[in-house]
Amino acid sequence: MSRWLEKHLKWAFPLPAVIFIVVMMAFPILYTLRISATEWSMSAILAPKFVGLANYTKLLTSDHRFWAAVWRTFYFTVVAVAGETFLGVALAMLLNRDFPGKNFMKTLFLLPMVATPVAVGMVWMLMFEPTIGFMNYFLKLVHLPPQLWIASQKAALPSLAMVDIWQWTPMIALIALAGLVSLPADPFEAAEVDGATSWQVFWHVTLPMLRPTIGVAVILRSIDALKTFDIIYAMTQGGPNYSTETLNLYGYTLGFSYFEMGPASALLMIFFAIVLGVVIALNWARKGVTA
Amino acid sequence: MNERRKTHPAVNALYIVGLVAFFLVFMFPFIWMILSSFKTQAEIMSIPPRWTFTAGLKNYVEVFKGQEFGAYMANSFVIAVGSTLAGLVLGLPAAYSIARNKQASLGFTILVARIVPGITFLIPWFMIFTRMHLVDTLTALILSHMLVTMPFVVWVMVPFFEAIPNELIEAARVDGCTEQSAFIRIVLMISGPGIITSSILAFIFSWNNFMFSQILTGKHTKTLPVAIFNFLGYSEINWGGLMAAAVIITLPVLILALITQKYIVRGLTAGAVKG
Repeated sequence: MSRWLEKHLKWAFPLPAVIFIVVMMAFPILYTLRISATEWSMSAILAPKFVGLANYTKLLTSDHRFWAAVWRTFYFTVVAVAGETFLGVALAMLLNRDFPGKNFMKTLFLLPMVATPVAVGMVWMLMFEPTIGFMNYFLKLVHLPPQLWIASQKAALPSLAMVDIWQWTPMIALIALAGLVSLPADPFEAAEVDGATSWQVFWHVTLPMLRPTIGVAVILRSIDALKTFDIIYAMTQGGPNYSTETLNLYGYTLGFSYFEMGPASALLMIFFAIVLGVVIALNWARKGVTA
Repeated sequence: MNERRKTHPAVNALYIVGLVAFFLVFMFPFIWMILSSFKTQAEIMSIPPRWTFTAGLKNYVEVFKGQEFGAYMANSFVIAVGSTLAGLVLGLPAAYSIARNKQASLGFTILVARIVPGITFLIPWFMIFTRMHLVDTLTALILSHMLVTMPFVVWVMVPFFEAIPNELIEAARVDGCTEQSAFIRIVLMISGPGIITSSILAFIFSWNNFMFSQILTGKHTKTLPVAIFNFLGYSEINWGGLMAAAVIITLPVLILALITQKYIVRGLTAGAVKG
């Protein structure tokens, strides 16, 4: 037995995982693909009806809600990831020097990332509350007009992006910090000899060397930001008046509120293609920059 | 690389101001959550906001009295532990094999699992679990949470196993160890930090999971994130109770993260930073 196992270890070791992947992941993807070509509302009496590409063409040509969701998904992702990258690199620069209590502080910055998103969403809901919330109190303190936050169609999506930025800036910061620590010292010494200012050093030495690390961080964050679900569903469920309905939310609503499994599956396939496309494009851009 | 240059005192002051500002902004929601959980509804409603509180543990008592919060907590815990252990059992040997035999295509599959939107798996599984009467069972929930934990374990462990020198395993083989016993006796023994990292984070991700649980739980298997979402209800929001519930859900995760911080930094940044 152990002899046999040893000989076939190369595939025996990953076999349980492979079975899991095939049964729990590959099969569902193919099944979803198949459902996407049918019309079916999970009825026990009526069998799924084959409709070919009808679900896809309907989404792409005549569904305003779909295109609005595509736009919101990208808007949310770009705002959130840009904010996280900018603030994350700034935070990493601030943390990249020794001071008492540094490790303790670094630890506390982990907390937004690991805190339960739904619970965090509830706290932000209280803070965003237009009349009793802390945010408007703060705006008043600094003499700015109060906002409606997630209660208004216009402000809801940026407000949710703000929560995402709060959650995930520390991740970019930690990755950038690890990158900063591993940079060679020579270029910095050379820049110092040349009499460069701190800003010049940052812009012309640190940032270019850090770019590959930041690139990977941006890709990882973009994948997750495109698929953001928990905080949006917990705080607005896509509202008010669909103003925060991203692709993930719309797919969820189609599938599990309307039970329109065909269109929902078609949407998810397109969504998958979009995420994959973004990953490929970002990866290509990253290689182009570093080459 | 730490900057060793002498900096101007003004720059130094700016530095400290920046750091403190960041710190306050990122910690504030937690502080507000905890403060509010000890306030009465009237104190939460007061404008301007109050920094004092008088409700004591009233909100917490109410949360546990009004709902079966203890049971939900037990559900969350069982599902998180179950899916983490199962994820390790499946993920560790697979990660080792990918690292040692350079099975790149298998590694790629794991990457795809990270890219596919979660609901894509959920639609077929919801249909199948419904037909098999598995909705609202721990089995269904643990299986669905494994979609998160197993790929994550592999994701973290492959670079970890790749860093183990081949000589170590060859030496064991020379001593008469079979490949599988070398894996169990040597590789797993020296991979403690990696295994701790991936288990803690897998546990946290399962504990935090909302989407899968929202669809697949019912009366019997409701988890904490689903319970707090239902807490919102239809009438006026009981903010104090809501914040107490939020504290109960987040606190275990926060404490776990604080205790094990040196491990989880590595896991959270896995895939971006080598080593």
